[in-house]
Amino acid sequence: MRYVPRLMQPLESVSGRYGPYGGRYVAETLMPALDELTRAYEESQRDPAFQAELDSLLHHYAGRETPTYFAARLSEEVGTRVWLKREDLCHTGAHKVNNTIGQILLARRMHKTRIIAETGAGQHGVATATACALMGLPCEVFMGAEDVRRQAPNVQRMELLGAKVHSVTSGSATLKDAMNEALRDWVTNVRTTHYCVGSVAGPHPYPMIVRDFQAVIGRESRVQMLDQAGKLPDAVVACVGGGSNAMGIFAGFIDDEAVRLIGVEAAGDGIATGHHAAPLCAGGVGVLHGAKSYVLQTEDGQIVEAHSISAGLDYPGVGPEHAWLKDTGRATYTAVTDDAALDAFQQLCRTEGIIPALETSHAFAHLPTLAKELGLDADILVCLSGRGDKDLETVIEKLEERG
Amino acid sequence: MGRIADAFENARKENRAALVIYLCAGDPDLNATVELVVAAADSGADVIELGVPFSDPTADGPAIQRAAERSLRGGTTLAKVLETVRVIRGRTDVPILLFGYYNPILAYGEQKLVDDAAESGADGFLVVNLPPEESAGLRGPAVESGLDFVPLVAPTSDPHRIKQAGEMATSFIYYVSMTGVTGSTATDLASASKRASALQRELGRPLAIGFGVKTKADVAAVSPHADGVVVGSAVVQAIEAAASTDEAVAAVRALVSELTGGLGRQ
Repeated sequence: MRYVPRLMQPLESVSGRYGPYGGRYVAETLMPALDELTRAYEESQRDPAFQAELDSLLHHYAGRETPTYFAARLSEEVGTRVWLKREDLCHTGAHKVNNTIGQILLARRMHKTRIIAETGAGQHGVATATACALMGLPCEVFMGAEDVRRQAPNVQRMELLGAKVHSVTSGSATLKDAMNEALRDWVTNVRTTHYCVGSVAGPHPYPMIVRDFQAVIGRESRVQMLDQAGKLPDAVVACVGGGSNAMGIFAGFIDDEAVRLIGVEAAGDGIATGHHAAPLCAGGVGVLHGAKSYVLQTEDGQIVEAHSISAGLDYPGVGPEHAWLKDTGRATYTAVTDDAALDAFQQLCRTEGIIPALETSHAFAHLPTLAKELGLDADILVCLSGRGDKDLETVIEKLEERG
Repeated sequence: MGRIADAFENARKENRAALVIYLCAGDPDLNATVELVVAAADSGADVIELGVPFSDPTADGPAIQRAAERSLRGGTTLAKVLETVRVIRGRTDVPILLFGYYNPILAYGEQKLVDDAAESGADGFLVVNLPPEESAGLRGPAVESGLDFVPLVAPTSDPHRIKQAGEMATSFIYYVSMTGVTGSTATDLASASKRASALQRELGRPLAIGFGVKTKADVAAVSPHADGVVVGSAVVQAIEAAASTDEAVAAVRALVSELTGGLGRQ
């Protein structure tokens, strides 16, 4: 298969497909709600008032545009020129708010009176709770009990913002189970409730909507690179769990075929151990949470628990458009271990005075390898998707274990 | 006509609704499943929905989630469920509808599953997360092999989707009584039944009502209006509460016999 420029692809809003991936594998009860959401989204795209309100909130409330920053000291250590798209400077500390503001505006447009969301690291939960507080809508967030434990500060944030946090104890008690529980709530309350999905995963139209709301990352950084570097980057690198920050930044460069797009998954304890969260690198094709994509599964089609130090990447699935970009070769995917991510985390703190999220640290951990490939005279743009304050406890615990 | 359609037709001739009983295959183990299916059939179940467990059952409430977890811990696979159907076929002709989620089916291979299911003596498929738009790969081969594909209609389905389900149905249509997951309570079964009654006249296909039907009284509320009634979580809970397979078999016998008391039309 070969990547076909977007303008030449079948109309995604109709097909809901990325090659063979995507689709809507959900209960009949939810199908009309997905149709309703697709219609509302398309209308909003044609409504200048909606776009103006979204742009205004992103600028005045969320703090866009975010800078693209040349990381001089990191570049020196890595051995090539590294540029950082500073999504960590968004309100709430991560790119997630780009999507939640957009979706909550959509929910209001559909006259939904209640918002639910799933969250892994808690960043999407915080961003949803934030947008709900901003617009006066009640918000309930489903979060795996294991994540509630390891991301306690974000639970406190959500509660302060007025959200109710449900600790999910079924299955592996992480992100996949939170999403199961959110889907169960949605199927029960679908008439009044909007499900604010946090990644480019889930049934159509979510992968399209979330990518489009996150595409602001790519649009801005493309202009910024041309302006500041005088050229497009040679490569764009982002971490991939569900894959929303990666799709957002890739979207800006996807039709610039000379720009390499690289997604970095979580290899956890190492791919060979089986304890990882890298469906694109080491999974198979399956259907999870409403879409066909790559998943971690047994040969009998049971979903396998993911393992990653980073709660936001600890997910056995990935957005369907990434699956298509992988198969067509338009993007390439690799994975780095927990240990490599921890090293990269410390390196960015030390060289640039920036504490990155553990999720984001995975993208940085791939830089030495990539720099060797590209050489000294290359520009690499990294999506610095979130800040790492929420991860301090995990990081300090792990560093003490290492001694 | 297949066995499932026959069962609905027989019930209609007896002027009653057909009783559909859900059992999760492999809960507590696959040998027990054989005995439980036979017991349910002997006690008056017209159709068995045999649940194929999945790790992430997003349409199910806690009772069926726990049953699936127990079953998977015991090593149940789709292949083993088909072997179990083969064993059951040595004991009873009760129609068996395989009920589950799409990923284990995709992993097994749709055509291969249809071939093996037909060979084992299963009668059809109901896949909760496979709406008509995504169903061609399974439905096509199934219909070609004479197996049923059972579509769902929900309270949120619009007239276009209802019509589509009617066209896809080869035996009956599963009518979800409410927005919710399996095993939920507090549903208005009476009005759901009346809506189902109107739909089955319009579509010319039998409808069976499921979700939230637990007791003989629930069955009695539904059966005057619908052609079929599905009881799942209540059966699964009776099995969960039993201390042994023998006790579970006795509990299922007692529950199914009791439920049949609610079937007659007034």
